[in-house]
Amino acid sequence: MSGPTKPRLMQGNEACAEGALAAGVRFFAGYPITPSTEIAEILAERLPLLGGKFIQMEDEIASMAAVIGASLAGVKAITATSGPGFSLKQENIGFAAMAEVPCVVVNVQRTGPSTGVPTAAGQGDVLQARWGTHGDHPVIALCPSCVRETFELTVTAVNLSEKYRVPVILLMDEVIAHMREKVELPSPGEIKVIDRKKPRTPPEKFVPYQPDADGVPPMANFGEGYRYHVTGLIHDKMGFPTNKGPEIAGLVTRLTGKIEQNAADIIRWEGLYLEDAEVVVVAYGCVARSAREAVKKLRREGLNVGLFRPVTLWPFPAAEIAKRASRARGLVVAELNLGQLKLEVERASQGKTGVHFVGRIDGELLTPREIIAQVKGVL
Amino acid sequence: MLADIEEFYRLDRLPHIWCPGCGNGIVLACLVKAIKELKYDQDKTVVVSGIGCSSRASAYLDFNTLHTTHGRALAFATGIKLAKPELNIFVITGDGDSSAIGGNHLIHAARRNIDLNVVIFNNNIYGMTGGQYSPLTPKVQKATTAPYGTIERPFDLAKLVEAAGATYVARSTAYHTRLTTELIINGAKNKGFSVTEVISQCPVSYGRRNRFNTPAAMLEWQREMAVPVIKARSMAPEELEGKIITGELYRGHAPEYVSEYTKLTQRLKEEAEGV
Amino acid sequence: MPKDPANIGKPEVAIKDSWCKGCGICVALCPKKVLVMNAQGKAVVACPEKCVGCKMCAEHCPDYAITVEVE
Ligand SMILES: Cc1ncc(C[n+]2csc(CCOP(=O)(O)OP(=O)(O)O)c2C)c(N)n1
Ligand code: SF4
Ligand code: SF4
Ligand code: SF4
Repeated sequence: MSGPTKPRLMQGNEACAEGALAAGVRFFAGYPITPSTEIAEILAERLPLLGGKFIQMEDEIASMAAVIGASLAGVKAITATSGPGFSLKQENIGFAAMAEVPCVVVNVQRTGPSTGVPTAAGQGDVLQARWGTHGDHPVIALCPSCVRETFELTVTAVNLSEKYRVPVILLMDEVIAHMREKVELPSPGEIKVIDRKKPRTPPEKFVPYQPDADGVPPMANFGEGYRYHVTGLIHDKMGFPTNKGPEIAGLVTRLTGKIEQNAADIIRWEGLYLEDAEVVVVAYGCVARSAREAVKKLRREGLNVGLFRPVTLWPFPAAEIAKRASRARGLVVAELNLGQLKLEVERASQGKTGVHFVGRIDGELLTPREIIAQVKGVL
Repeated sequence: MLADIEEFYRLDRLPHIWCPGCGNGIVLACLVKAIKELKYDQDKTVVVSGIGCSSRASAYLDFNTLHTTHGRALAFATGIKLAKPELNIFVITGDGDSSAIGGNHLIHAARRNIDLNVVIFNNNIYGMTGGQYSPLTPKVQKATTAPYGTIERPFDLAKLVEAAGATYVARSTAYHTRLTTELIINGAKNKGFSVTEVISQCPVSYGRRNRFNTPAAMLEWQREMAVPVIKARSMAPEELEGKIITGELYRGHAPEYVSEYTKLTQRLKEEAEGV
Repeated sequence: MPKDPANIGKPEVAIKDSWCKGCGICVALCPKKVLVMNAQGKAVVACPEKCVGCKMCAEHCPDYAITVEVE
């Protein structure tokens, strides 16, 4: 195959499944949950045809565990869920962060805590994506706002997980997941696929948790001659449990540090009319679509308004926000929750400008009109 | 003893962390002897464990070793086996790890009859956390969370996994070392989900609280209580009360999960090629 | 150490002192009372000549401290 594929009408969840396959994912384990289920259904059909593996596990805890197991065995692996399942996966997401096992967790957000509203979009898992599992730990979270980007960011998520040996969360929402758009997928040759670094030493010299300069240790897959120990306990460079203070602090610092150190490579964001913006709307996921409409309309009215769309919610593009904050009269954070990313925007803008908020938690979408009203209030 | 099997241990990790008289070291040696007998390639063998004293065992062994989260070893192992079917996988788990927090994974792994070899180190207690009762603590026995003796009914784990679909179910004790090794070997040879429950002793968190004065007394108790399954078949239920029925308890035939998956992909491939 | 000619062909039991945690299992299980606990709470070989090489001790030592060589 070469050249871009024919444009296809495709759902966000479908684009996610296609993106996973394009990135080399050949293992899926999951448990059905609205509004993510199509990802499982599509991969159940496609993976066996590609020599890949699909398994429906008994719950989300098991799904997360199976994904980590498959990745340790050398197969790129992904799971998909929504809020309740995301909560269940947390302990094992922490395991993946601790043992540095590449994997991708798709969370198609619904509205509300607990069972919430399964069929309504929400963005209430922003902070859970960062701090859902206990202890200081590294994580990357990406947030698409259209179908094509869902494809691309799924590829990116897999690539980043392989490159940095971290769990990567693809934070979707119900709107993006179920929306259909015409997309032209890149041909396989155009897609950059990253694989985990392999050991460059023979097995007897292999130090499994000795990082390279980028903070990331090469990874040996089970069954390839490198016999080593993997544990969720704090471990030394050989992978064995340790209680020594400096080793404990050293590991946690390296794990979180490898993301900070490589932030420039990881962080992604998009801007619209930012150069002269007096008010900057900060929005992501499905809300960014309404925000874009709002900003365009305001520009047509001659108002200097821009859009900042963080694509990586974690690590957060704080330096970029700081830049806008020092120039703008105000920032308006628009999101489908009670102000979760707003906290981070406030932190990043360091009091240099006012941070305003417009949100909804009733399962309905934020409209351009609501965003416009808030922006005009600031102007 | 170790000399025969030391090539399978990470000797620099020994001595191990277990308390004096703990059964874990004994049962682990039986497992290692079994792997030696089976002549499995160390590079192609994976030992997965959960959380608990017994689950610390994986770190001492020179295989691909994975110490997972509490109760989840079987789910991790399922991912490994399905991803790379050529690997031989042993799962080490405690009674709490396998039957309480991990009970759901246990029955589903059995239902799938996935080719994993499970050795349950059953010391009847939560050892690592200091002696709380587990779903396998015998009724009336004491635990820190059952100071008056537990009023809960224990599982019969062998019956549970048999009913759930395991195709090899066996039981032994830490005292019966040779039988334990033999049963683990037979379990590994079974292409399917194999469970060997080994009654072991936790002298510190269980024995002391339940009138076992020494670790040796606990091993003696295992010897006295053990009834080979052949003999047990001719005994009345009252006579078997409190006894440990040992040996190969069940062997079944059922399709193995990964083989079924491979068959499916094969079929799809043939259909696509129009065979 | 060269073997005492009288002991040739006899099983030889040895205990690695540094690995023994003094649980007493070997002493209790040895059918020939070959082993005893010493004042430091460690198992020692008291009557090597009585050893029949059954390996009950070694197989039940949780700490892999005992080796029994049977020629
Ligand atoms: C999710 C979770 N809950 C609780 C614990 C605490 N915990 C550690 S080990 C253990 C019990 C282990 O008992 P068992 O599986 O019987 O193994 P043993 O220690 O007796 O070998 C518990 C409750 C934990 N580590 N993780
Ligand atoms: S607490 Fe019990 S199970 Fe744990 S190491 Fe000590 S004796 Fe063994
Ligand atoms: S081999 Fe047998 S007889 Fe010899 S010391 Fe050990 S238990 Fe006793
Ligand atoms: S069984 Fe082992 S640890 Fe226990 S007393 Fe004997 S030599 Fe020492």
